[in-house]
Amino acid sequence: MTLELRNLRKAWPGAGQPTIPGLDLAVAAGSLTVLLGPSGSGKTTVMKLIAGHLAPDSGEVILKGRTLTGLPPERRGVAMVFQDPLLFPHLTLAGNVGFGLKMRGEPAARIEAEVAAMLARVQLAGLGARRPDQLSGGQQQRAALARALVLRPDLLLLDEPLASLDAGLRDEMRALIRGLQRETGVTTLMVTHDQSEAVVMADRIALLLDGQLAQAAAPAEILRRPETEAVARFFGGVNFLDGVVEGAGFRWGPVRLALDRPGPPGPARLTIRPEAVLLHPGPGQLAAKVRGVTLLGTQSRVELALAGEPLTALLQPAAAEALRPGDTVAVTLPPAALWRLPG
Amino acid sequence: MRAERLRLLAGLALALALVLPLLPLALWSLAHGWRFPDLLPQAWSLRAWGVASSAGVLGSLGLTLGIAAATTALAALVGLPAGRALGLHDFPGKRAVLLLLLVPAVLPGIALVLGLHDLFLRLGLTGSTHGVILAHLVPVLPYMVLVMASVFAGFDTRIEAQARSLGAGPVRCFLQVTLPAVLPGLLTGALFAFLVSWSQYLLTLAIGGGRVQTLPLVLYAYVAAGRNDVAGAIAVLYALPGILLLLGFIGRITGRDLGRVLRP
Repeated sequence: MTLELRNLRKAWPGAGQPTIPGLDLAVAAGSLTVLLGPSGSGKTTVMKLIAGHLAPDSGEVILKGRTLTGLPPERRGVAMVFQDPLLFPHLTLAGNVGFGLKMRGEPAARIEAEVAAMLARVQLAGLGARRPDQLSGGQQQRAALARALVLRPDLLLLDEPLASLDAGLRDEMRALIRGLQRETGVTTLMVTHDQSEAVVMADRIALLLDGQLAQAAAPAEILRRPETEAVARFFGGVNFLDGVVEGAGFRWGPVRLALDRPGPPGPARLTIRPEAVLLHPGPGQLAAKVRGVTLLGTQSRVELALAGEPLTALLQPAAAEALRPGDTVAVTLPPAALWRLPG
Repeated sequence: MRAERLRLLAGLALALALVLPLLPLALWSLAHGWRFPDLLPQAWSLRAWGVASSAGVLGSLGLTLGIAAATTALAALVGLPAGRALGLHDFPGKRAVLLLLLVPAVLPGIALVLGLHDLFLRLGLTGSTHGVILAHLVPVLPYMVLVMASVFAGFDTRIEAQARSLGAGPVRCFLQVTLPAVLPGLLTGALFAFLVSWSQYLLTLAIGGGRVQTLPLVLYAYVAAGRNDVAGAIAVLYALPGILLLLGFIGRITGRDLGRVLRP
């Protein structure tokens, strides 16, 4: 593990700001971990605690075996990129990107070479003499990334680096960050509130809810096997089935479902992602009534009633086109997609 | 094209407004007697400029410059942190502090002088240059602090956090990031501070007890003695720094340098 947070605590006497009641988190060397959470969940506070802009009440930040707690920001080997580019307005692009190397006391010739190489990597080659206000928003954000990466920090912190960009630029920047991160192998912790962004970019997602680590896992794992209902709901889970596990099956009202991993018998709550619910014409496993269809863009949401219980499915818009409220459809809930919530 | 011409006109009007009041003074300084109905002096002389360039008057000029520079530097030293606190933070009593800051600027000068004189006497600060510098800080500080407060109100402290996380220690962060960012405001504040100190008469007279002879005191002595020619020459000297500073700063204030304004 490169970065370890051990029982990190931060409370605010006046409230208003989210409290971190004791956070444990580990980030593997060379990985991109996304710290995900709704606004007000304490993500930015965690970033500030790691970067050293804020002192924890207790607990430790350990980077490459070195305890950072108590060290000032400039001596942590942690480079941070903020939501806004925050380029130094009185310096040129090259001056900005070379700032950290200059602070380290690198010789001028070396700084020049490293800056030129880094600018080329973020597609800003030849623009080194420009002033920040002569750069577009996307160029500024790439410059901010270059300014941090050129230092080859032990840890790169990205605080919602895409939030200030337009949708089109965001995809481009997302790919650039992911590409550069893989290429340089810099251990990265990125903060975002956007779960789709986290799923696309992360090697591992750490979901923060109310200052507590709700779950930390690979994106596919956290999507399909959420540890709590809150985690499932955060990722758009809407289907929660209350019933009783009996042997290898699940009794849900009048319906019996097959399970891959039933666990011990007794009352249980199951979840299934809406995109895993299969609808097909003609007779199927179960019969359900369509209650409504909403086009969401690239997908359509179909509200169903299955034996009186609500169930939501996400389909390709073309597949949902023919459905009308009141229609009866056949539904399959694949056993592999049914997940029993622990506890 | 019209905007260019308007700008040229405005520049000329400004130049006239600055120069016109000085014209009679300049004429007086070169006149060898100038009696009433004459439009211009009948005879010319450089005698007044001889007095104005004597060691006494030049020493006085140097002293005035030194006091204004020292006052400005001290005001910047206090104004930077004070303006930062007022501009960036909300704290109990902030409105009271702002109000108190404005008092010296609102109070009648004579009341301020009487109060300060009494205080400075008790502290043994009268009759000395450093006492005068301290006294000048009273009317100067409000300008500096309020200018810096408005500068810091628009300052994003995350840029400092950014510099720190890129490896800059607190001192280098201040010198290489914060200072360049607030420098235009600091220079504006310094301009005000310098000119306010430069134009103090009553305070210098009262606190200096006549032993600190700044240029306005010397100037007034010649006016009182009826030496209009010498007074004219010294007045020109006295007015120069303000005009030079304004010309130097006009670029910062309007966003372009004077040369570009005046070029057709």
